[in-house]
Amino acid sequence: MPLDYLHSLIGGSLIGLGTGLFFLLDGRIAEVSGIIGGAVRPSGENQLRNLSFLLGLFLGPLVYCMASGGWPVVHFETSLEVLAFAGMLVGFGARLCSGCTSGHGVCGLGRLSRRSIVAVSTFLAVGMITVAVVNRMGVTTP
Amino acid sequence: MINAFARFFVALAAGAIFGFGVSVSGMLDPMRVRDFLDVTGHFDPSLAFVLAGAVAVSRVGFLAARRLRRPLFDTMFHLPMRQDIDFALIAGAAIFGIGWGLSGLCPAPAIASLALGLVPSYVFTAMMLAGILIHDHWPQSLNLATKRNNNANARA
Repeated sequence: MPLDYLHSLIGGSLIGLGTGLFFLLDGRIAEVSGIIGGAVRPSGENQLRNLSFLLGLFLGPLVYCMASGGWPVVHFETSLEVLAFAGMLVGFGARLCSGCTSGHGVCGLGRLSRRSIVAVSTFLAVGMITVAVVNRMGVTTP
Repeated sequence: MINAFARFFVALAAGAIFGFGVSVSGMLDPMRVRDFLDVTGHFDPSLAFVLAGAVAVSRVGFLAARRLRRPLFDTMFHLPMRQDIDFALIAGAAIFGIGWGLSGLCPAPAIASLALGLVPSYVFTAMMLAGILIHDHWPQSLNLATKRNNNANARA
């Protein structure tokens, strides 16, 4: 278990490194929901840069696979219907509050932004309540 | 022209480091994220370590940026300038929190997990894109009470 935490800390630091480099070199916030929005909006160079970032994000697990010889472990125990509904909420909600776990979580907290502290507290609290309710009702069991 | 090429390359590399970090952290796995949120059940604190590492390192980057007049490959730092806490911020974060709790997925891991080629990732990401497009194309007349982020020349 402590080894898991070490992986989490190292992985998190790498997330911070990607975020920091993107800001120091390109002057941009690594706000993934905003980047997705920008990648599907025709806007010339901005659109291309956003698409480059998303392509990189997609390549990350492939690099991991080449480096470690195995894919990252994932479990999906949520039904496709619930995942589809949740995806809609995540996309809409992240754009409405102008950020997600990367934008408000990593970047916003890194900048000590007041709006981000409020947003992160809100989605953490609501996420915890949602999981508590769902686990008691067994909604996501396929 | 060289700067434009550099900007794309930086975006690609930053995205790849980010995606690699998400893979190392274990947070591609939606069940680990849900276990972090499951404070009344089998709580797994891993995500707190991920966030701590990410915030600490990104903080160094944002502090370093204060010493620079501009980023290496652009004319200015693009930062959101808003400081106000409005209804859209709270409502959006709450809606996001419900989706995040239900699925254990958020935008960055969702995109990265597409590389694994699993159907649930594609279903989630397609609907997430739909949610983003619904927000971004919401008719002005129905007033979603959200002002666009103002990007301006500012320091971190």
